Amino acid sequence: MSSSLESVLDTVRLIDPDGSPVPPDRYPSDRYAIPADADLVARYRSMVLGRRINDQASALTRQGRLAVYPSSHGQEACQVAAAAALRPGDWLFPTYRDTVAVMERGVDPVEILTWLKGDRHCAYDPLEHHVAPQTTPLATQLLHAVGVAHAGRLQGQDVVAMALCGDGATSEGDFHEALNFAAVFRAPVVFLVQNNKYAISVPLSRQTAAPSLAHKGVGYGVPAVLVDGNDVAALDAVLREAVAHAAAGGRPVLVEADTYRVQAHTNADDPTRYRTEAEVEEWRPRDPIARLRTYLRARGALDDAQEATITAEAEALAATVRDGVSHGPAPDPDDLFEHVFSAMTPQLRAQRDLLREELVAEGADR
Amino acid sequence: MTKMTMVGALNAALRDAMVEDPRVVVFGEDVGPLGGVFRVTDGLTAEFGEDRCFDTPLAESGIVGMAIGMAMNGMRPVVEMQFDAFAYPAFEQVASHLAKIGNRTHGKVRLPVVVRIPYGGGIGGVEHHCDSSEAYYAHTPGLTVVTPATNEDAYGLLRAAIAGSDPVIFFEPKKQYFTKEEVDVTADVPPIGRAVVRREGTDATLIAYGPAVPVALAAAEQAQREGRSLAVVDVRSIVPFDDATVTAAVRATGRAVVVAEAQGFASVASEIVARVTEQCFHHLAAPVRRVTGFDIPFPPPKLERHHLPSVNRILDTVDELQWDES
Ligand SMILES: Cc1ncc(C[n+]2csc(CCOP(=O)(O)OP(=O)(O)O)c2C)c(N)n1
Ligand SMILES: [Mg+2]
Repeated sequence: MSSSLESVLDTVRLIDPDGSPVPPDRYPSDRYAIPADADLVARYRSMVLGRRINDQASALTRQGRLAVYPSSHGQEACQVAAAAALRPGDWLFPTYRDTVAVMERGVDPVEILTWLKGDRHCAYDPLEHHVAPQTTPLATQLLHAVGVAHAGRLQGQDVVAMALCGDGATSEGDFHEALNFAAVFRAPVVFLVQNNKYAISVPLSRQTAAPSLAHKGVGYGVPAVLVDGNDVAALDAVLREAVAHAAAGGRPVLVEADTYRVQAHTNADDPTRYRTEAEVEEWRPRDPIARLRTYLRARGALDDAQEATITAEAEALAATVRDGVSHGPAPDPDDLFEHVFSAMTPQLRAQRDLLREELVAEGADR
Repeated sequence: MTKMTMVGALNAALRDAMVEDPRVVVFGEDVGPLGGVFRVTDGLTAEFGEDRCFDTPLAESGIVGMAIGMAMNGMRPVVEMQFDAFAYPAFEQVASHLAKIGNRTHGKVRLPVVVRIPYGGGIGGVEHHCDSSEAYYAHTPGLTVVTPATNEDAYGLLRAAIAGSDPVIFFEPKKQYFTKEEVDVTADVPPIGRAVVRREGTDATLIAYGPAVPVALAAAEQAQREGRSLAVVDVRSIVPFDDATVTAAVRATGRAVVVAEAQGFASVASEIVARVTEQCFHHLAAPVRRVTGFDIPFPPPKLERHHLPSVNRILDTVDELQWDES
């Protein structure tokens, strides 16, 4: 892989919204080969599972079982492709919205959702999975990705960090510091911006006057690629190339995925206050799952039996998640004090003992 | 024993830690070939190479954020904030991540990162170069906050900070950077979390940390000449706080004054007063008092002496400890 990856600031797309393949000679899609059917069927399965989990988790908020859920419904192509592009040992740095990407990396969805259930902040082991905790303070995780990648380079590891953020997060200082640090230190990081057009209620036009978010790479000397974020084939091709480029030359890449948040920011949000239904309707025909399905069906790469299997798998997974989120042991109040420092301070021990006494008394009162 | 400055002691601690542990890396602004604006990292790039001690782009959040990632991937970064007030851009990384990732992950991800911050006044520095910002960090659960008052402690505490598994905010009293003292680098590294009695006394106890310790010691010396015996406790470790040593020293005299450079409102000094009062109430012959900076932004150089705790202000406060009434 050459270390002189060229920026592509026109949208890369390999499958049109109607499911037909883009003519292979059309710029800039001509730079990429469409992934093999087997890979795309795998992505299809992951997207269907991901959507089912998105919708299941949203339903669990309505039942009061999850405190909140930021859904990636409609962005499943980005979620799945981001994780699938990584090699074993590579790192993923997800945000609150990236449940499906974390799941695609092999983390148990019940463990992922534990923080939204309210039991603990991050239930999975980041070191085991090479998946950082899902990060809420916008863009801050991008710098951690640079650190992991830079430390990897210094220690002779072949490791790439995939760092995710939204369009709104590109206005944060840490986004710029991360791109700049990665470029200066030649840190193998792939920054994937899911441009879903909104930061809660604030539209993209209020985040930037740049022609695209991918353009922001130019100023940092970071090659950037703009890709259709609802075309998993294009995402797959672009992100795999980006990971290979980062791994080979130890240099960062910025990828902007052009997508849309078809649902509310979270279940707590009311999007009718800031956008029209007509606008949302324009995006519905561009759904990533329907698009890939049409493509695969037309090629005879996906039949009824396969679809039935995938649907059954998705239902089984949703049932597991429903069950796992609804049951399980209550969190232990001792946990509050346990991991503030690696060794508990005398002051925290005293506070823990006080709470223990209160709880004993509370039990006695009942 | 060798005579060295605090800068020299810190430099020796970094060098020795880097020799001992290849995971230790040092970075920040101007810490490379220049050796840092105070020369604390002098010679490290030459000795250990660009990969072990290096300059970064000018971005403090970037520095701490990258350090967090490097620690996640097995390294032990020691980063320098050029001056106290220039650490503020990194505060989100410090408060939301450095302090919390260990807790967030139930101890699975530990962040052995040391953030060195030269702090405090007394150097005639212009605005943004003299803040005492320790309270912000001490108020943030998950951060260990230490500050040496002697050159030997500068060496020992920095070694301990680098060797530990938790993030440490390491406050260096820059006013003392170039003071020469005897340092025994072979002395046992003091465990973090222990205060030390710097001077025994029987009438009242001065509790101080960092740049206020030499002032408190000078006050005790002066008091001795005036017939009053003052003990001096050097807190050393603001978090974890050594209640046992501090309260024992207060109980022994029944009177206490806390001395710190930082503005007093909602400060570390306030916390110490509260703790001592709660734990020593029946041993106290007078309310615990504070001598701190005024509640003002750090003054311009020609006025800073009015702001900083002085021997006279300490002794005046000691005089007010209700001696007649006991
Ligand atoms: C530093 C910071 N400021 C504000 C917030 C509150 N907040 C949470 S999500 C969000 C919108 C982020 O938009 P974007 O980056 O586009 O990501 P999206 O939610 O659309 O995936 C805001 C403002 C935050 N989490 N962090
Ligand atoms: Mg957005």
